[in-house]
Amino acid sequence: MSDETGRTIFLDGEEVPFDIGETIFQVAERYRKDIPTLCYDDRLEAFGGCRLCVVEIEGARTPVASCTTMAEPGMRITTKSGSLEMHRRVLLEMVVSENREVDVDELSGYASQEMKNLVDRYSARTGRFAGDKSGVSRPDDPNPFILRDYENCISCYRCVRVCAEQEGDYAISIMNRGFETQITTEFGGLLKDSSCTFCGQCIQTCPTGALGDLKALRHVEVEEPIEKTRSVCTYCGVGCALDIMTKGDQVVGIQPAMDGPANEGALCVKGQFAFDFVHHPDRLKTPFIRDDHGQLVPATWDQALDKAAAGLLEAVNEHGRHSLYAIASGRAPNEAGFTMQKFVRAGLGTSYIDNCSRA
Amino acid sequence: MSNPLRDMEKPDVIFCIGTNMTECHPVAATRLKKAIANGAKMIVADPREIGLVEHADMHLRLRVGSDAALLLGMAHVIAREGLIDEGFLAERTTEAEAFLEHVKEFTPEWASAICDVPPELIEQAALLYGRADRGAIYYTLGITEHICGVDNVQSLCNLALMTGNVGREGTGINPMRGQNNIQGAGDVGAIPNNYPGFQPVTDPANQAKFEEAWGRKIDIDKGITKVRALELAGDKIRAMLIDGENTLVTDPDREHCEHALKSLDFLVVCDLFMTETAELADVVFPASGFAETDGTQTNTERRVQRLRRATPPPGEAKPDWWIVSRLAQRMGFHGFNYSEAKDVFNELCSLSPTYAGLDWDRVEHGEYQWPVPEEGHPGTPRLHEDGFINGRGIFKLIRYRDPAETVDDEYPVWLTTGRRLESYHSRTQTGRSEGIDYLLSEEVLEVHPDDVAAWGVEDGSWVEMASRRGAVTIKVKATARSPRGTVFTSFSFNDVPVNVLTGGGYDPITDTAELKVCPVRIQPHSSAQKTGAGI
Repeated sequence: MSDETGRTIFLDGEEVPFDIGETIFQVAERYRKDIPTLCYDDRLEAFGGCRLCVVEIEGARTPVASCTTMAEPGMRITTKSGSLEMHRRVLLEMVVSENREVDVDELSGYASQEMKNLVDRYSARTGRFAGDKSGVSRPDDPNPFILRDYENCISCYRCVRVCAEQEGDYAISIMNRGFETQITTEFGGLLKDSSCTFCGQCIQTCPTGALGDLKALRHVEVEEPIEKTRSVCTYCGVGCALDIMTKGDQVVGIQPAMDGPANEGALCVKGQFAFDFVHHPDRLKTPFIRDDHGQLVPATWDQALDKAAAGLLEAVNEHGRHSLYAIASGRAPNEAGFTMQKFVRAGLGTSYIDNCSRA
Repeated sequence: MSNPLRDMEKPDVIFCIGTNMTECHPVAATRLKKAIANGAKMIVADPREIGLVEHADMHLRLRVGSDAALLLGMAHVIAREGLIDEGFLAERTTEAEAFLEHVKEFTPEWASAICDVPPELIEQAALLYGRADRGAIYYTLGITEHICGVDNVQSLCNLALMTGNVGREGTGINPMRGQNNIQGAGDVGAIPNNYPGFQPVTDPANQAKFEEAWGRKIDIDKGITKVRALELAGDKIRAMLIDGENTLVTDPDREHCEHALKSLDFLVVCDLFMTETAELADVVFPASGFAETDGTQTNTERRVQRLRRATPPPGEAKPDWWIVSRLAQRMGFHGFNYSEAKDVFNELCSLSPTYAGLDWDRVEHGEYQWPVPEEGHPGTPRLHEDGFINGRGIFKLIRYRDPAETVDDEYPVWLTTGRRLESYHSRTQTGRSEGIDYLLSEEVLEVHPDDVAAWGVEDGSWVEMASRRGAVTIKVKATARSPRGTVFTSFSFNDVPVNVLTGGGYDPITDTAELKVCPVRIQPHSSAQKTGAGI
């Protein structure tokens, strides 16, 4: 299939069209070539650091990184070959030989299984290049949200880049090079003393679990499998889509929806980490009614509904239908507000209803 | 918002006024940062050195409550310099001539005398916005929580209209809505003037439509606002049903509010927690919340998205719609026989012109922004592209008005209130989430370092802050984020009940409280013991 302008490339022998400005990797992704990556996050500028995405271009002397190479008309590209696969496997073995562990828990973050999955896919040996290691962990950082286990860091710089490019905070930086490379903050201090806002984006893009979600990791020992339920954040009006992670009935963590229309993978500290109220012991578990001594005491639904209905009707019967006023919530779903306004309108024929938008 | 969130990456000039976006809408702010990284310029108008200022090209540090003066001054410059979009004015607006005549009076020098922003900065800001190809305005409660909130919003509309910055990508007038579903609460008709979908209750056709739908004739008169209802509590208003609002802590003038709620014959509250407001109730119903409730909510860009239940609610807690419906049925009201959230949402869609093209299944993936007038309609990410719903954009002739209360010898300091990144409103939720205290554990009063010295107090010491309504004790934090003579705090911590102080006035049209301006007196407080407790 060749278009009039001739903007096509040959991917593993198949002629396919592309758009100007697309990289080889982007075109290959569209055709499900499943090229391995570690430093790639499609929300970020391509970086070309991990070299796992190398492909062969006919006529080129050496394989090139497909994430940073633009597609050009007529290119003949091989995405998978014996030598490419060997190259990828050796690179992976070099990377993992440096890390303390590969098997990090899925609760660490959205992308935390990427390296583990590649090691499995390529049957890469983890101890092949034993020797020097880079990255010094920061167990001294007492922040309750972000694990800083740099001994599992592979210097893909996704955290650095997501903080700069997506979040615009530039809280994370890089010190030194080679085996001395260290992901750090300004002056090597604690995250709290940096410009970090604890939005959690670095956790979610880390492909090794070096940066991990400490709040979710509290629940590593819970046996049940992780289930994810798509919903929307309960705080501000931006409406960030997110996945609620549960083990059994327990909410164990939150991950941003990478395809969330309002947030495209971003959350803030509240949406990411402030969810414990859901299971807080202070939650109301039964209705309460005020007893004869003026105390609020637990009651059944029948008792409470009867008492509420009688109390509201008494006011209406004695003082008229305009004596009852309803205040709807800006925090509750549309169905709550709708039934509230219908309550006064269909029930009493008034519009004695408002919500919290005036204060 | 007139424009979608993704448009926030597209303006060439951004004008943020009265919006502390990096703290209150952090994810939206990331889009502005991207626009700036791509070369956009940003003007921030705010009395405080908020986070956005770090990314801004200009900071207009206006005096609290003087927005209308600043905006008149800017409109004057834009008109004087001929930066108006003549074509847009002719085709899409009305009253332009009168408006352009009106603003001649309001020079930058005049504005400067009121808003404390140097005239040359007003000129520069006006030129920057006026010359923009795609100029976008973003605002939040710093614009609306004033006695002149409507004037402020209309002043912003005037700027956008005169420069034609409406109905195109990367432009618009964009209020950032505060709560997760405050947009939805208005959409569904939980307001005294409109049925669902902003259909005025005062229109007999709407009255007939809802009488047919619900079998009951509903008053042709508007209801009253919450502010008026609280004023009439114990008098004409005898009972209230409050869903998911900690009125006592979040509304202004706490003493008045507490008195009002206590004067009721009967109060019913639905909430997740035994809030300060629930403590006053005769009956409290346990509601299911985030992660427990199926439903829909509508965000600041009018996008309708599904909420899904991931875990059962605690004990016998139930969804709000279930509670209200069952209560309605016990009271003998008809039409509340819903068995799931889907039934409720589909009824809303059947009655609302803005949601008419939606139903429960169609909002599965959250791709629709209202209005969606009929099935098959793709939704409306950008409003006013081809015209205004009411015909033409109307210029309003605004004049500056002082806040309800201004500083004087007795109350010489401006207090302005707001929010902080790590806590949400009265902390019923963030205050019960592990780790948040590590970042923000107590309330402080942000005071300029020179004022700290001038007032004879110390950084970290306790002060008593009093307004015409009451007093609180609060710890001082010296910071140049506050301008001299203006202090800031949030209302999140119950042990510093800032709403004891606020509530000096309300916008005459919307009844929105002037929470952003409150003259106070500050004096050292010897005791480190604060009154009150709790989260």
